[in-house]
Amino acid sequence: MNWTEYLPPLLEGAWVTVQLTVYSMVLGALLSFAAGIGKLSPNWAIKGLSVVYIEIFRGTSLLVQLFWLYFALPLVGDLIGINLRLPPVIAGVLALGLNIGAYGAEVVRGSLQAVPVAQLETARALNFTRRQTLWRVALPQALPEMMPPFSNLAVQNLKDTALVSLISLGDLAFRAEQIRNFTQDSVTVYTIILFMYFGMALVLASFVRGLEFWVSRWRARA
Amino acid sequence: MLFGYEWVTGQGDLAFAASILPMLLLGLVVTIQATVAGFFIAVILGLIFAALRQSRFRVVRYVTGFVVEFLRDTPLLVQLFFLYYVLPEFGIVLPAFMTGALALGVQYSAYTSQVYRAGIEAVPPGQREAARALDLTERRTFTHVILPQAIPRIIPALGNYAVSIMKDVPILSVVTVLEVLNVAKIIGDQTFNYLVPFTMVGALYLVLTLIASYLVRLLDRALPKTGLPLR
Repeated sequence: MNWTEYLPPLLEGAWVTVQLTVYSMVLGALLSFAAGIGKLSPNWAIKGLSVVYIEIFRGTSLLVQLFWLYFALPLVGDLIGINLRLPPVIAGVLALGLNIGAYGAEVVRGSLQAVPVAQLETARALNFTRRQTLWRVALPQALPEMMPPFSNLAVQNLKDTALVSLISLGDLAFRAEQIRNFTQDSVTVYTIILFMYFGMALVLASFVRGLEFWVSRWRARA
Repeated sequence: MLFGYEWVTGQGDLAFAASILPMLLLGLVVTIQATVAGFFIAVILGLIFAALRQSRFRVVRYVTGFVVEFLRDTPLLVQLFFLYYVLPEFGIVLPAFMTGALALGVQYSAYTSQVYRAGIEAVPPGQREAARALDLTERRTFTHVILPQAIPRIIPALGNYAVSIMKDVPILSVVTVLEVLNVAKIIGDQTFNYLVPFTMVGALYLVLTLIASYLVRLLDRALPKTGLPLR
């Protein structure tokens, strides 16, 4: 088999990987802001929930989380009488998003705390509500600071998607393993997909750099 | 039955949990061994990459930069499969555990090499200038001025990567390493009860990472920020 014949199935797998990355990134971003802002909340219930979420998902291994959602959650469902048998895609996106969201939450929290106190005091002196202070003063200044760590997390997330091949989802790593089993041509297949992941990571990182430029655009005016 | 221990089924989840704990703990030992071995390789290989990036030759710097970026941007799972399937084709046959530790070390060397660089660059330039004004040699500046101030920044950062390595060890289960998650999966496959073993693995991990993070924080606080004392 010529190596070019590997490409159609690999590209199919790459498309699954791209979709998984995008979905879990969106979920992760939402969770990052929710839990990152929640951890700074004066409400102890919101704060406690955020801390527990962050600690559990940062403190355990992603593969453990993935296996738990895919293999163990259905048994929890049986106990309480609800069908929680998640299809692999849902379990994969959920595990990836929950995991990266916990790491992102710490980035959001750190960036918000790095906003100079004088800014918050000024907002208070100008009689801004808490919500206005967050949206109009703290977040616009914190967002550009979040982008470099977010770029690292996005690439981390892309790499982590390879793990879903272990719950039989047909992503890039899964296709590679299939072709390898069929042809025994390990060197070619794995070299190709290493470079495919590398290319996707470069595209993703430059996308986040574009985002950084966009969220920092107010700086140019200042 | 696993590792000579028998699991207890049909007497409730608690009895089952208690009966599989020794098996999981044996798996945890392998997890820790893999962490230590992978971390050791990452620390050494990262140092080599960091040194090559300071090379006088531009080609060496560029090639090293590319290799580090490549290793950092590709999944550990794929690197592991690559090593596992490709090394034997070149006549290098390693036990699964060694291949796994090597993959962990290779992946994380990309991160540790950055740690060394960042640690050295974080030393204020005034220090180097002062050493120069005092007529210290290049070598002496590095060993007696730069390193003592860089090491307290480097060690805690390396510690954090050790914790990350520990969380990536379950990936080695795909090449048949019997670490804790693989043990739990085998128990689940045999007893059809995945809930108890996987939840226990999660809890064990949580305890382990909380302890490890606490130790790293202690280490960070214990190291003098102004630099290690010389003699």
